[in-house]
Amino acid sequence: MTSDTQSSLARFWDSDIMWSFRHSPVAIVAGLVVALIALAALFAPWIAPTNPYDPAALNLMDGFTPPMEPNAFTGNSYILGTDNQGRDVLSTILYGTRISLFVGLSAVLFAMVLGITLGLIAGYRGGWVDGLLMRIADVQLSFPSILIALLIFGVARGLIPPAYRETMAIWVLIVAIGLSDWVQFARVVRGATMVEKSKEYVQAARVVGAHPVKILIKHILPNVMGPVLVIGTIGLALAIIAEATLSFLGVGVPPTQPSLGTLIRIGQQYLFSGEWWILLFPSIALLALALSVNLLGDWLRDALNPRLR
Amino acid sequence: MSEPLVQVEGLTRRFDISKPWLNRVIERESRQFLTANADVGFSINRGETFALVGESGSGKSTIAKMIVGLLAPSAGSIRFDGQEMDFASGADMRALRRRFQMIFQDPFASLNPRWRVRDIVAEPIVTFGLLKGAEITREVDRLLEVVGLSAADAAKFPHEFSGGQRQRIAIARALSSKPEFIVCDEPTSALDVSVQAQILNLMRDLQDEFGLTYLLISHDLSVVRHMATRIGVLYLGRLVEVADAKRLFTEPQHPYTRMLLDAVPDLALSGRRRKPVLGEIPNPIDPPSGCAFHPRCPLAADICKRETPAPRPTPTGQAACHFAGQNSEVA
Repeated sequence: MTSDTQSSLARFWDSDIMWSFRHSPVAIVAGLVVALIALAALFAPWIAPTNPYDPAALNLMDGFTPPMEPNAFTGNSYILGTDNQGRDVLSTILYGTRISLFVGLSAVLFAMVLGITLGLIAGYRGGWVDGLLMRIADVQLSFPSILIALLIFGVARGLIPPAYRETMAIWVLIVAIGLSDWVQFARVVRGATMVEKSKEYVQAARVVGAHPVKILIKHILPNVMGPVLVIGTIGLALAIIAEATLSFLGVGVPPTQPSLGTLIRIGQQYLFSGEWWILLFPSIALLALALSVNLLGDWLRDALNPRLR
Repeated sequence: MSEPLVQVEGLTRRFDISKPWLNRVIERESRQFLTANADVGFSINRGETFALVGESGSGKSTIAKMIVGLLAPSAGSIRFDGQEMDFASGADMRALRRRFQMIFQDPFASLNPRWRVRDIVAEPIVTFGLLKGAEITREVDRLLEVVGLSAADAAKFPHEFSGGQRQRIAIARALSSKPEFIVCDEPTSALDVSVQAQILNLMRDLQDEFGLTYLLISHDLSVVRHMATRIGVLYLGRLVEVADAKRLFTEPQHPYTRMLLDAVPDLALSGRRRKPVLGEIPNPIDPPSGCAFHPRCPLAADICKRETPAPRPTPTGQAACHFAGQNSEVA
């Protein structure tokens, strides 16, 4: 009876998934990178040398300072240099990663909740409900998701009064990315639900007259979460990139709260005039974050697939 | 004789197996139906074990599912203790639902792998709101001991148990709402032969202890012989014979029953020649006319192709054969 005496933490450490994690160097490195970036982003106000959101602390004369070199006018030196407005690049990256991660996580969470709910309903009810939901999903899948996000973002901006646009922008962005991403969750959950609902444990619950919502949440949901976690992790990387793409195109977060995508957009304007650091460092941060999250997703997919053990 | 606990009349289930609407229009096909059960009628008395036997595809499990409300009948009625079973009406059925339960075929699929045994066994108690808090834990521990497991097993997950132990958990769950009637759909066919007998004996002990009534669905004649008090034989979704369990094996009335019994291996080595079952079950989408058994029947006559035989009383029960009651001399 080892399982009874061990604490739940020790049981988690001994579980198959943690065993697989400890034996995958790629997963460990990717996990460390993600953890490092996430912690740095979370504690940005304490770590960052300057506050790039505070206009009073900015000095336009500091603009275009190259990394590790003193500014020609002010003599100030920055590890990763400054951008066109004189904002410290390291600080903007830390704050930008914060926004990128927040938007990415919220969008995936939104897509996950929506996709799981619709997938469960489609798979369990079947019939015309299933047909309708899956046709909507098919139509949406036939457009590139960034196009859908652009469309939703544009429509939402048109509907929101100008006074609120700045403050609502980040939430609109989350909804736009989330709505463009729910289909994958819905499809996977629908398929898994159709398999689970025919199993006898679901029939046993139906024999005693358990409510369908209760059957879906307590019986079927825990059994379909494995593949959902995998898509969720890979979806997080995609959502971060989608946010960066939208911000790069200038339709994302407001310029006063730059995300990694906004920084890259600002940087690319100065690339050919020689100020390479404004583009390079935010790009490296985005690459490291997206790649690590993606590698974690790949590892999770393999770890949860019993056929690959 | 008291009123039967379960009474089934004219139970029919058709499955729509038509192609999608567009295909039908283009290919000029009509709708197609598969008749899984046609006009099945029987009654189960309190405290007895009524067994339904038949080959695969004979519609045994469909009947079981209709009785517990997993499938809606296309026609016919099911009465439980004199009350009509109407699964569409929620409130009335709740009280009725508590009084019957089901044990499933595959103990590896019938227990949710993410639930602890305690929650699995308690599910009917919680759903019907029978007990509260610590009483539930106590009741689950008691039930696990009743089915031959220990109270310590309540904290474990299903994957920590063997097939036979899992079926014991499934039985404990079925017992937890204190039902009077349990539908057992092939309860031992997924188990090792050595474990089958333990589970069957447990089911018999529980029947004696709690006065349970069983509907036993099985394709295994030795299981049925061990358990049943009365037996119904299904052929192509139709009930061809109902008889007292002991006499069915010695005095089969329907030619199909006789064919099934002749096919059973002679373990006693009495020298009886084993006759293989002739032919196969016909396609239920397009069943034979008249008596569905006539293409395989050694007694078939012209009337069998024309008329569907109604159940007739026999010395042992009833049989749906034009020659029932007289054919014991013929063969």
